[in-house]
Amino acid sequence: MYNRDKVIPGIIIFVLFVAFPIWWGHGKSVPPPNPELPKGKCVESKEYMRSQHMQLLNVWRNKAIREGMRIYVSSDGSRHWIGLQNGCMKCHHDKSKFCDRCHTYAAVQPYCWNCHIPPEMKKFKTPQPSFLLRLFKIPPKLKAVQASSEEAEHGEP
Amino acid sequence: MKRRDFLKFVGLSAAVAGAVPGFMNKEVKAREYTPPPGALTARRWGLAIDLRKCWEHPDCRDCIEACHHVHNVPQIPDKKKEIKWIWKDEFEHVFPDKPNEFNDILLKGKSFLLLCNHCEHPPCVRLCPTQATFKREDGIVMMDYHRCIGCRFCMAACPFGARSFNWIDPRPYIEDPNPEFPTRMKGVVEKCLFCYERLEKGQKPACVEACKCGALIFGDLEDENSEISRVLRSRFSIRRKPELGTGPSVFYLLG
Repeated sequence: MYNRDKVIPGIIIFVLFVAFPIWWGHGKSVPPPNPELPKGKCVESKEYMRSQHMQLLNVWRNKAIREGMRIYVSSDGSRHWIGLQNGCMKCHHDKSKFCDRCHTYAAVQPYCWNCHIPPEMKKFKTPQPSFLLRLFKIPPKLKAVQASSEEAEHGEP
Repeated sequence: MKRRDFLKFVGLSAAVAGAVPGFMNKEVKAREYTPPPGALTARRWGLAIDLRKCWEHPDCRDCIEACHHVHNVPQIPDKKKEIKWIWKDEFEHVFPDKPNEFNDILLKGKSFLLLCNHCEHPPCVRLCPTQATFKREDGIVMMDYHRCIGCRFCMAACPFGARSFNWIDPRPYIEDPNPEFPTRMKGVVEKCLFCYERLEKGQKPACVEACKCGALIFGDLEDENSEISRVLRSRFSIRRKPELGTGPSVFYLLG
């Protein structure tokens, strides 16, 4: 074989590089997620909620918003107000200690919280000038001036 | 085993499996959904705005502020990106189909309250490709923000400009968020929903409750004995652009 001294180390380096995820994580294990559970009973059993909560929430949002069915009668006959902010999160007080723990572990990013407000969030970030405004150092006030001149145009003379 | 005994055995087993709860029929117990008890219901919700009372307080913004606070409507200073569910405008903009130079003088400085008209035949619903906006049985033109893809067909269809589009993330512009109601996200259309979430709890809409002068009358247009239909029968009222045939459910009381 020609260039044996280069080819064989090359193959070894390549194999090591490709197998990086295997040997890097070997023998290590990420601790399983430990979501903080509130006292009391959930709408359904723990096992059911663990495996089916996404399907249940999906049915809930259609039932509540599209059909006006706001009350859920669970399999044990108890009645619950359907809602994320006004239902689930009334017991699960902290999204970061409940939802996020498993979702981060499983690397899933549900988009519930783009609109729904997590219970621990009391205030939103204040508006920031956009990247372009900052790049060209345009004071954000300029926009407000524009808006008011526009108002004068359409408003009363 | 005789054939007769076999059939008996099979029949008995089937009866036991079906009748004894939890034996073979664990999934039988149905999960049910019901409407909330104590909710306000109607066949067609409508709103009457008493302009005489409203004009007594030209600077009053109680209804607007109440609505925008309850529903986490952002206060965006840029007019091109602003979001509004209920707002005020002048006569020639509100009733462009009734041009009258003398009315323009007579009604100068008088503002009209505007909001979604919750039409009987809403053009926005016809155009929505995902059925994110739809007509409820009680007449409310509802939005399912989960489904909105932000195509803005509904905005093009609405002849009243009742809908606003979120050009930017609205959250930074909400000063005092209401934890009971969601916000919206960038790329979603929003509008007045006649406070469906308050009706479910047996409460009147936030604007109606906030009005100290009683200028807003909310009720069932198809119920002969409701306050709104009695008022509309006894006083002259106009609607915005009725010639378009959308059948607005918001009435402006003049007489």
